[in-house]
Amino acid sequence: MQALRLVGTYLRIGVQAELQYRSNVLFSVVQSLVAVGTSLAVLALVFSHTDDLGGWSGSELLVVMGVYVLLGGVLRSVVQPSMTQLMDDVQHGTLDFVLTKPADAMLLVSIRRIELWQAVDVLVGAGIVGYALTRLDTRPGALAVAGFAVALALGVVVLWAFWLLLTTAAFWVVRTDSLVELLSGMYQAGRWPVTIYPGWLRIGFTFLVPLAFAITVPAQALTGRLSGWLLLGAAAFTVALVAVTRWVWTLGVRAYSGASA
Amino acid sequence: MNGLPGLYSVVGRTAVQTQFQYRTSNYLFMLGMVAEPVVYLVVWQTVADAQGGAVQGITAGDFAAYYIVWTLVRNMNIVFTPYGWEDRIRRGELSGRLVQPVHPLHFDLAYFAGWKVVVVLLWVPIAAVLALLFRPTFDVSPVEVLVFLVAIWGAYLIRSMLLWVLGMVTFWTTRVSALYELYFTAELLLSGRLLPLALLPAWAATAADWLPFRYTFGYPIEVLAGDLTTAQLWGGLAAQAAWVAIGAGLVAVVWRFGVRRYSAVGN
Repeated sequence: MQALRLVGTYLRIGVQAELQYRSNVLFSVVQSLVAVGTSLAVLALVFSHTDDLGGWSGSELLVVMGVYVLLGGVLRSVVQPSMTQLMDDVQHGTLDFVLTKPADAMLLVSIRRIELWQAVDVLVGAGIVGYALTRLDTRPGALAVAGFAVALALGVVVLWAFWLLLTTAAFWVVRTDSLVELLSGMYQAGRWPVTIYPGWLRIGFTFLVPLAFAITVPAQALTGRLSGWLLLGAAAFTVALVAVTRWVWTLGVRAYSGASA
Repeated sequence: MNGLPGLYSVVGRTAVQTQFQYRTSNYLFMLGMVAEPVVYLVVWQTVADAQGGAVQGITAGDFAAYYIVWTLVRNMNIVFTPYGWEDRIRRGELSGRLVQPVHPLHFDLAYFAGWKVVVVLLWVPIAAVLALLFRPTFDVSPVEVLVFLVAIWGAYLIRSMLLWVLGMVTFWTTRVSALYELYFTAELLLSGRLLPLALLPAWAATAADWLPFRYTFGYPIEVLAGDLTTAQLWGGLAAQAAWVAIGAGLVAVVWRFGVRRYSAVGN
């Protein structure tokens, strides 16, 4: 309970800080529209040469794209800003101020900063998913929508845990900007369902960079491709990933030497 | 060595040494970039398979060749970012360059050209792995290799200068991110970066012919991976030369008017 209250407080402070810069919303909207326009143009180009991509129709791929944009918004508004802050703090030794607080440090470093206006993409992504649903041949039932909600929530946790796991590498190698660059590059691959990638790449995007569980599985829920077993597998994977992240985090904090070093 | 050649050789060698120090970071950066063409490649190979082996005559192997050459051309294409101009102006970094008796463009050209040496060395293993995984089909003649070696530097020059002009807009206003987004989107779609230009709808392909973007991506790639006629081969080089001249002219003009507005804020 205390943890939830803490998250609530931090988020409120973060939102208040961002509300001071309201004109930024305009740039986020323009940025988001350009990005979505480009993605739609790409889809249109691909589907001007075919009407099926690895078993997915155009409308179904629109669902994937919506989930991709939505989770990208979560990533850029909540996850990445906090992780960048964590990296800076490790480098400068200012993580001391977090570690000495009487609350769980792993939780604290994950919610310290938000970039509210980047969350525009969450709305845009949801809009795309909604629009795509009206174009699907078979509308998803209540069960499928519930499966989607669960899968999406798991997806958020997976992305957060994975980003944190890689950021903790900062405890050992300090400069990890290029690692972030690498990840953002890899994230783009989630724009398409991982099932179209050849075997070895699909395994990579499932377990090494968990795009499958984060993006493809929620989209599969809405397009009638999700079985209970797959959802269970996604849940198991999420739990395992969080456990590993927790373990590496503990090791990392132990390796951290503070401001005086 | 004195004069410009001397400057290029010193700045270029400094870049090689500096960037070699950051080889791990350079490598991670390059690996991150590989995701982009691999995604395009997989998508188009999937389309080609669904269409019975080829899209508009481009086979899966052709696509592999296209996007593998893409990775080299893309690396040659990385130049001083227009986003860097804000720092340059805000922190007064330009001041030092202004008192030197050479146009500041030369420093960027020389530095990034030197960096390319490191990049190309690091690129070779990446290309080898990609080639093993995606089985490209190449049909390359010695002339094509020769033209390619010139064309990638033509692409480098054109993109350097155009992005310099774009960056110099910062002299007038710092609210440039929307403008840059639009520019890069147009470039993505009409350069051959996203897809071979032959796959564009006819009207877009015509637009691409009249814009500089294709000479920084599509043309050099197709020299090596495509099936250009002799006329197209040399015509492309001529067009590149024209765009280098236009770019240089634009840089000269915009620089002349822009630098008058420079006041080294914060120094």
